[in-house]
Amino acid sequence: MRTDAIRDKVAIVGVGCCQFGENWDQSPSDMIVDAAYEAYSDAGIEKPQQQIDAVFCGSLYSQKGPHECSDALKLWKPITEVSNYCATGTDAFRCGVMSVACGLYDTVLIVGYDKPKDRGVSGPSVMMTQVRDLPQTPAGWFSICASRYFEKYGASRDDLALIAIKNHHNGTLAPNSFLKREITLEDYKKARIISWPFGLYDCAAQTDGAAAAIITRTEIAKDFRQDPVLVKGITVFGGPNPQKDPHMDFLAWKPTIEASKVVYEMAGVGPGDIDVAQLHDCFSLTEMLSYEDLGFCQKGEAKDYMADGYFELSGKLPVNTDGGLKSFGHPTGATGVRMIYENTLQLQGRADKRQVEGAEIALSHNIGGHPTACGIAILGKA
Amino acid sequence: MTGIVSYGAYVPPTRLAFATLGGRPAQDGGPEKAVAWNDEDAVTMAVTAAVNCLRGFDREQVDAVMFACTTYPFGEKQGAALLARALDLPRAVRSADFSGSLRAGTNALRAAVDAVRAGSARHVLVVASDCRTGPPGSSLEMNFGDAAVAFLVGDSDPIASVDESFAVADEIVDVWRKAGDVFVHSWEERFVVQEGYTPNLVEGVKGLLEQAGASASDFAKIMLYAPNARSHGAVVRELGLEADQVQDPLFGRLGNTGCSFALVQLAAALENAKSGDRLLVASYGDGAEAVALKVTDHVEKLESRRGVSWHLDRRRGVKSYDQYLKARNLNTTEYEVPDDQGLSATIHFRERDADISFVGHKCNACGAVQFPQQRVCETCFSKDDFTRHRLSDKIGKVLTYTFDFFFPTPAPPTVVTICEIGGARVHIQLVNIEPADVKLDMPVEFEFRRIHNSGSRPNYYWKATPFLAG
Repeated sequence: MRTDAIRDKVAIVGVGCCQFGENWDQSPSDMIVDAAYEAYSDAGIEKPQQQIDAVFCGSLYSQKGPHECSDALKLWKPITEVSNYCATGTDAFRCGVMSVACGLYDTVLIVGYDKPKDRGVSGPSVMMTQVRDLPQTPAGWFSICASRYFEKYGASRDDLALIAIKNHHNGTLAPNSFLKREITLEDYKKARIISWPFGLYDCAAQTDGAAAAIITRTEIAKDFRQDPVLVKGITVFGGPNPQKDPHMDFLAWKPTIEASKVVYEMAGVGPGDIDVAQLHDCFSLTEMLSYEDLGFCQKGEAKDYMADGYFELSGKLPVNTDGGLKSFGHPTGATGVRMIYENTLQLQGRADKRQVEGAEIALSHNIGGHPTACGIAILGKA
Repeated sequence: MTGIVSYGAYVPPTRLAFATLGGRPAQDGGPEKAVAWNDEDAVTMAVTAAVNCLRGFDREQVDAVMFACTTYPFGEKQGAALLARALDLPRAVRSADFSGSLRAGTNALRAAVDAVRAGSARHVLVVASDCRTGPPGSSLEMNFGDAAVAFLVGDSDPIASVDESFAVADEIVDVWRKAGDVFVHSWEERFVVQEGYTPNLVEGVKGLLEQAGASASDFAKIMLYAPNARSHGAVVRELGLEADQVQDPLFGRLGNTGCSFALVQLAAALENAKSGDRLLVASYGDGAEAVALKVTDHVEKLESRRGVSWHLDRRRGVKSYDQYLKARNLNTTEYEVPDDQGLSATIHFRERDADISFVGHKCNACGAVQFPQQRVCETCFSKDDFTRHRLSDKIGKVLTYTFDFFFPTPAPPTVVTICEIGGARVHIQLVNIEPADVKLDMPVEFEFRRIHNSGSRPNYYWKATPFLAG
């Protein structure tokens, strides 16, 4: 593998994101149009049919993602569907980046979207398609690290509460977030348990939503706008299913560790260089483990860093500045692209009340499956 | 000599106090009955009883399975074949179901003895199990209990030889359940007892005694099916039995367990039997059937096993009648759960080894045990080089756990764990435990259970349960 093969070759010139939420009155097409046209406008694109060469679409629930996109946007172009559990959005972006970096296309639109709220269930349904691996609720399978991690490092639900409170606060500052509501420690403790140790406020809000990004070759990026953001490194990494991996220690998620090693090398930076990060907080503990798995701190130290406010907006390394999956919402296919949207705004100094001053390097991270795959993207100022 | 070589039983640990049935607070030591919980049915109970029976015996030697049950969930689809698979018995096993009557248990026992005597089988596994439901609020509901019992019938060294048997058939509409009925129905109780149960059972027992040239006093223990304690007492009086001859029918502790009831009492009697004891077991249902046995000195050589008393000592009270109704799917809802095709029959077919037999495999190259079976080894990456490895009879340990409040169950949460079983990692539910008692690294054993009813069919898999001595 040539780790520097794509570094700085691709630039983001436009981003867009629709209002995330229970969008009862919006079809997938409505949300796709909202997100894509905001990105067009952001990139100064007035004739997308002439200026976009290809479309990469990420969605998990839709069976017809790219077709829904091209039909909604009337972009009759090369179209590609990407599906990779919760890493879907990051992976769709990655495929678009690779297609530009190799010189095949000049300008590419990436759309991530999902519409889970048309299914008639609140949160993910309990899957009854097998007899093994039950219960098949994400809370059930992401909680399997808790008992061991808590015992080894003395952590508890009190630590997880800090993440829930932080992400609820940050969500109040993001215009397109779903939940705009502060919570207190008391709210956190009173909430019903979903799958121990996860209570209601430990779980991401599953919502509808769409997000879009427009990328182009770095050499022509300034034809679109003067402050393009560069893709430094991006990867997706698979790992063994932790439910049957004979070597799993239930203290870390392997796909994040493996993906981070590669992506830092691709980007030519280390964890200490990251100024702002969007991490996959499908559940509070997932974010907590990710601090360590990404090297922001040593294994077992996350709770001490959290107690010091290290990952809060005012801290040294703000994480989930827009509220994350918890508050901004989690339309699976859209989430990775929504993180690219937020990090792009942060690097361009356009994040308003949640702006991290002087941010130059930003990281976004998804982990999905059991979890069995992780996607990480590192962006930098041009 | 043909007879019973081994035995085992299963009684669900969940007990419904009569006080709870009547809406009153349950008292310690008050009368109760054993109830199968929502993840149990006649099949799961049968599998566990059979596992207990086969402990210490080579399963490869079992050449027939006879399954007695009136509450098997399918009208067309064999229970004995499912048992054989769950027990990981050889494919070349003869299998047959006995149903339609509460005499099915003794029907199967006699058929097994006849097969062994005739030389067409050497070791026959007989399993009787029932899970009958009485209409809510009825005396049937109070008197019914759930349990399973298993016997291994063999041609040599039995712990009890089967010497004589006798049966009468009768046509009477006294207690019945039509195809599709949830509840057992009954004609007026005095008619049932006076014209059905009492005369038939007495005729069966007396017929056997006459045929054997014996009298009731020759028998150390007598096991009688009975619909309730009062009718049991009436037959005991009519036969002139002494109190110490009568095996405790366990009303107020277990309940009338249908076609397994007389045989559950037989298993309980074998726990305390002495060489030379003569035993008589009699069942009722559309006639009566009686079997005489004689205990041999092999009874002392059989290693101790999980029989009736072991299970009766292991109990957990049902907290409310409402929970019981939910567990037995008797709570009414406005809309039926929409039907669907459920699990794919082809996937079920492909995955029988994992899901029903709970068999994984061991890598021939590196020795790693894995579940479910893979094509490529998770540890050394060698391909298609494995040996089948049964997990169902192993002891595992809890590596991690969660308490899931979303999984549909009458009393959330569901304890979900990842267990290690000889190196394999298995995502599996843990039952028979309160969340507060779950500990990392605790040892567990495994029981066959109903996992859910997708497709309006029972779907089976295994669950972990805390390891217990004995």
